[in-house]
Amino acid sequence: MPSIGPGTRILLAQPYLGETARALIARGATLLAAPFPLGAEGSLAWFRAAAESFNVPEDVFKSTMRAPFERAQRSLEGCKETLENRRIAFLPDSQLEIPLARFLSRECGMVPTEVSTPFYDALTMAQEAPLLPEGVEWFEGQDLDTALDRVRASRPDLTVCGMGIANPLEAEGLRTKWSIELMFSPIQGFDQAGDLAELFARPLRRQARLEVGSWS
Amino acid sequence: MELTLWTYEGPPHVGAIRVAASMERVHLVLHAPQGDTYADLLFTMIERDGKRPPVTYTTFQARDLGGSTANCFLDTLRAAADRFKPQVLLVADSCTAELLQDQPGSLAATAGISIPVVPLEMVAYSRKENWGASETFFQLVAGLLRGVEKSPTNTENRPSRPSVNLLGPTKLGFRCRDDILEIESLLNGVGIDVNVVAPLGASPADLLEIPNADLNVCLYPEVAASTCQWLKRQFGMPYVDIVPLGYGATRDFLTAVSEALDYPINIDAIDHCRLPWYSRSVDSTYLTGKRVFIFGDATHAIAAARVASRELGFEVVGLGTYAREQARDVRAAAKELGLEALITSDYLEVEAAVERLAPELVLGTQMERHIAKRLGIGCAVISTPAHVQDYPARYSPQMGFEGANVMFDTWVHPLVMGLEEHLLTMFRDDFEFNDSAVPSHLAEEGGVSKRPEEQVNADDAEIAWANSAELELKKIPFFVRGKARRNTESFAVEHGLNVIEVETLYEAKAHFSR
Repeated sequence: MPSIGPGTRILLAQPYLGETARALIARGATLLAAPFPLGAEGSLAWFRAAAESFNVPEDVFKSTMRAPFERAQRSLEGCKETLENRRIAFLPDSQLEIPLARFLSRECGMVPTEVSTPFYDALTMAQEAPLLPEGVEWFEGQDLDTALDRVRASRPDLTVCGMGIANPLEAEGLRTKWSIELMFSPIQGFDQAGDLAELFARPLRRQARLEVGSWS
Repeated sequence: MELTLWTYEGPPHVGAIRVAASMERVHLVLHAPQGDTYADLLFTMIERDGKRPPVTYTTFQARDLGGSTANCFLDTLRAAADRFKPQVLLVADSCTAELLQDQPGSLAATAGISIPVVPLEMVAYSRKENWGASETFFQLVAGLLRGVEKSPTNTENRPSRPSVNLLGPTKLGFRCRDDILEIESLLNGVGIDVNVVAPLGASPADLLEIPNADLNVCLYPEVAASTCQWLKRQFGMPYVDIVPLGYGATRDFLTAVSEALDYPINIDAIDHCRLPWYSRSVDSTYLTGKRVFIFGDATHAIAAARVASRELGFEVVGLGTYAREQARDVRAAAKELGLEALITSDYLEVEAAVERLAPELVLGTQMERHIAKRLGIGCAVISTPAHVQDYPARYSPQMGFEGANVMFDTWVHPLVMGLEEHLLTMFRDDFEFNDSAVPSHLAEEGGVSKRPEEQVNADDAEIAWANSAELELKKIPFFVRGKARRNTESFAVEHGLNVIEVETLYEAKAHFSR
């Protein structure tokens, strides 16, 4: 272990680090309040939290971040056409639900119909939940059956869920996105923003492409 | 004249041998020098035939050329007729013998043989193997049926079940043995009888039965199209030329058969194909937009393009054929996909195209399999010419609903799987997964253990990679690294940059993800 204690500042890159953060805080480290570095906006805010904490002058911060920030925004343009105004539901699985709903709604124009998270950690989510668009509520809990009932009733264009229920939903004509892929892929930071959006656009583009069977 | 080491199609007389070898009680006498007997091997080795093809070669030698090679031919013809007692004798020149101008067809007419002789003009220097097979089948059918009256349809005695002929399957065709079984059971399942299957398994006596069916099915247009057209002119027999390769094409085929026979078929009732669900199931999402290069005979290449783009969700980045006779159809299919078809019989041109397009999957012939292997790209064989391993022991059709299932499995197998892609990225520094390890999906194919270093395009030689950018590039997994390198270089050229920095790499990434 490197020596972490008073004077160490921490930024979280993943939402499931709550216990880790608490342990480090107990050793005297300071947790910087920031949203997760997902998307152009999320990444900018994440770096800003570090810059402010280290008193980096605003003009230095801005000139350093401009190029990667604009690059990230450009990389999102390709998926916008596919994602804009499409309805998306998150079933409780990865704890990434709230940050992803924030990214997909604010930066890609998607409309979250349901944001269920297995566990809400106020410490790690403090900066995320307020960024959700007005009217979008999140649920905490593992009651999958009631969440599935709501998904079946609202029939969103895309449902983010665990591997076990993806194909059953597909068989009911609902497009899905495996949440596990979001753990395996590098999705953090400016230069991954486009890749992150692409993960959600791909099932929808596949639907448009295939002429066999039906997802009616 | 071009010297080549390998060819997609043999000369036309190989096509004639394919038809003769496919049939019962047909014998081919080929006016050919000794060396041309190599063709036997194609059948006994590649297709594992238990008997030699029914061909007798005159095997004239250099010393015969001074004397009469014509007598040599007549002696051989009489001996073959005596020994094999076929129902029909075919006679032809091989490409080498054509130069002698002995005209075996005319000679045979003077031989005083009681067995019907069908002479073949193989025009070896302008045509090739598939044309030779087509011409041989056509001459056989026309030779036997010309002048035959079709018995008037007796509506009272007409069998209640409609019947069709399946025309075109041959030895050394692609999966013909299993395609026939599949299509026959598909048709039987909806109450349609199969009258004659030819050439494969048919005798000349069987060919005489062809006009008794209600419909011809042109299953392999390369071999049967001209015969189907002639049967339509001669007997007014309709034919269906939709080839049931792929899920959608199989349904279209059944619809066309139903319409041509004016006979209702409940396609949904027999459609147990798994491809639609397999392709829609969530695991297949990773197949979306996989770059595929397709090359083969026209029928299989066009069908593969449809299955790849519309049924598996791949991106077809190249489509071509070696079959100049059907080039027009392939050009049209390519145009529909926004591509220009590659029409060539030069495998080096095909290799250059594969290298340039850097696909993730190659669907082709045995030669494309070699090319893909050398470049470390996954590959499935979809067309002749194929090697011994593509005449499998198991039931493995390409046509019909089961054929669509087989294609799904066969084409998906050589790809890096969806989650495997992510795992390879995560563990790229691990000893098992690093760049010099044989990828699991290529290991059993004998994949290369060391990937060829990505070539820097000579035109872009003025572009230099900064060391830091080169290191950053190495972090990108191998199966997309080549694409990343090319994209970055073309981005640099577009923007007039001479040196590629880390920043350039990411600028290009953002640019191309739009």
